[in-house]
Amino acid sequence: MNRSLDARSQDLLRELVPQALGAVVRRFRDFAAAEDAVQEAALAAALQWPRDGLPENPRAWLTQVAFRRMADHIRSESARRRRESEVAIEAVHTTELTAFETASQEDDTLVLLFMCCHPALTPASAIALTLRAVGGLTTAEIARAFLVPEATMAQRISRAKKSIKNSGVPFQLPTVEERAQRLRSVLHVLYLIFNEGYTSSAGPELRRGDLSHEAIRLTRIVHSLEPGDTEVAGLLALMLLTDARRLARTGPGGELIPLAQQDRALWDKRQIAEGVALLSATLPKGSVGPYQLQAAIAAVHDEAARADETDWPQILALYDLLMRMSDNPMVKLNHAIAAAMAHGATKGLELLDALDADACLADHHRLDAVRAHLLELAGDHQGAIERYRSAAGKTGNLPERNYLLKQAARLSSELRPMNER
Amino acid sequence: MKYILMMSAPRGTGKYEIYSWPKKDWQAHMAYWDSLNRELSESGELLAIEALTEPDQARMVLAGKDGAPITDGVFPESKEFLAGYWIVDVETPERAYAIAARASAAPGPGGASLNMPIEVRQVMMSVRPEDLLR
Repeated sequence: MNRSLDARSQDLLRELVPQALGAVVRRFRDFAAAEDAVQEAALAAALQWPRDGLPENPRAWLTQVAFRRMADHIRSESARRRRESEVAIEAVHTTELTAFETASQEDDTLVLLFMCCHPALTPASAIALTLRAVGGLTTAEIARAFLVPEATMAQRISRAKKSIKNSGVPFQLPTVEERAQRLRSVLHVLYLIFNEGYTSSAGPELRRGDLSHEAIRLTRIVHSLEPGDTEVAGLLALMLLTDARRLARTGPGGELIPLAQQDRALWDKRQIAEGVALLSATLPKGSVGPYQLQAAIAAVHDEAARADETDWPQILALYDLLMRMSDNPMVKLNHAIAAAMAHGATKGLELLDALDADACLADHHRLDAVRAHLLELAGDHQGAIERYRSAAGKTGNLPERNYLLKQAARLSSELRPMNER
Repeated sequence: MKYILMMSAPRGTGKYEIYSWPKKDWQAHMAYWDSLNRELSESGELLAIEALTEPDQARMVLAGKDGAPITDGVFPESKEFLAGYWIVDVETPERAYAIAARASAAPGPGGASLNMPIEVRQVMMSVRPEDLLR
């Protein structure tokens, strides 16, 4: 009896989790307990569905089981309270499960996302809660993806739920005035999940694809619920266009392969086409935001058949626009690279000099790494070696460190014979 | 971002000084750790915590010619000795430094802050044993 859910049922189950959760929260008004009840129901489904076959109406099945768990929970809670305070608590009549709300199941997923990505939560808490309550991942799966003990992740999730309870955020869509701002928080959390999967901040493997895949899945859901929001479409396009390079991005030993040296035949053509189509449909709608611009940059890279066919002047123009919207230091760095590629390494190095004073960047390994790259392009190999090594010493990412050391070693082995001549 | 916070104690005589403190001070010291560790656990930041045995229990091991271990006793060269460590997962380096400062300020004899040096290092790679067995 070791059958487990096939991939399709698993996807279905994860799609149903936020819908069931929405129904339970609306009926019982206790997000924290409802979330536990739905997790238990999802576990029950994972055990029973492979054995008994998929129920006729999986969503109703999941919701009913969660309702029952929730009713059990309330009954044992009120029994406990009665014991403790001897105050009789009104009996709970919640077991009549004949009909439950089917109306706004789609809204429910959005409401849950707004809740889980509430600005009152720390990013780490919002990420964990989103993956569990909306993504339907188990605590153990989330812990594995972030390489932390399960108990630590469980604590983070329960703390996040407590903060939501204490903040008194009602289970409803934000007001019209708040909506745009709150949607930005949701997109930011999804973006962080994607990045965590794409460039792991700590771990032996550069990419933990499950998280990127999950971020794309969730962003697709948001896009289907908010088809008119151009930044939602922009973020989805950005993820698709970036993730399309996943197979080319690392070598057989997990080592990092930079964009210019990737085997472009390995890029996912279908995903690129989808991202480009999405972006082309979105950009003409006006109100171009940072996610759309980043997606446009990714698209220009993806559309070059060879690295030396990249349209750098266009990328530079897009970074110019992006810089007007964001003072993110990484955008400034990438802008300097684009300037170097479009107008020569000297131009890029000049821009980097201006960034030395930036407090966020001054001690960051990326500044050293970019300078090393541009010094190499400018022909100053000795300077490049020093900067590659300096960057390697500062990064917290093992594959990245190995890549930087390899660049330094490559240049030193080229330099040595020349010195001996 | 994961960090290891390494607490050093003076090597001294090879015994932890804490064992010679008055009971009241020793209890206050342990209560301080208990409260800090509980707080880190509740915040979902604590990944691991280990305390190590006394300096005179330590062995330095080298491989002999046949690969068999050659053990040596104490090594009086260094004045500081690793007494224990925390591994935490935090949002910013500043948060790791703040936790380290809390650890540094643990009370000693008479309740005065020990002001112990805590070395803070970022973790570059972590592996979960179960992931290697899959």
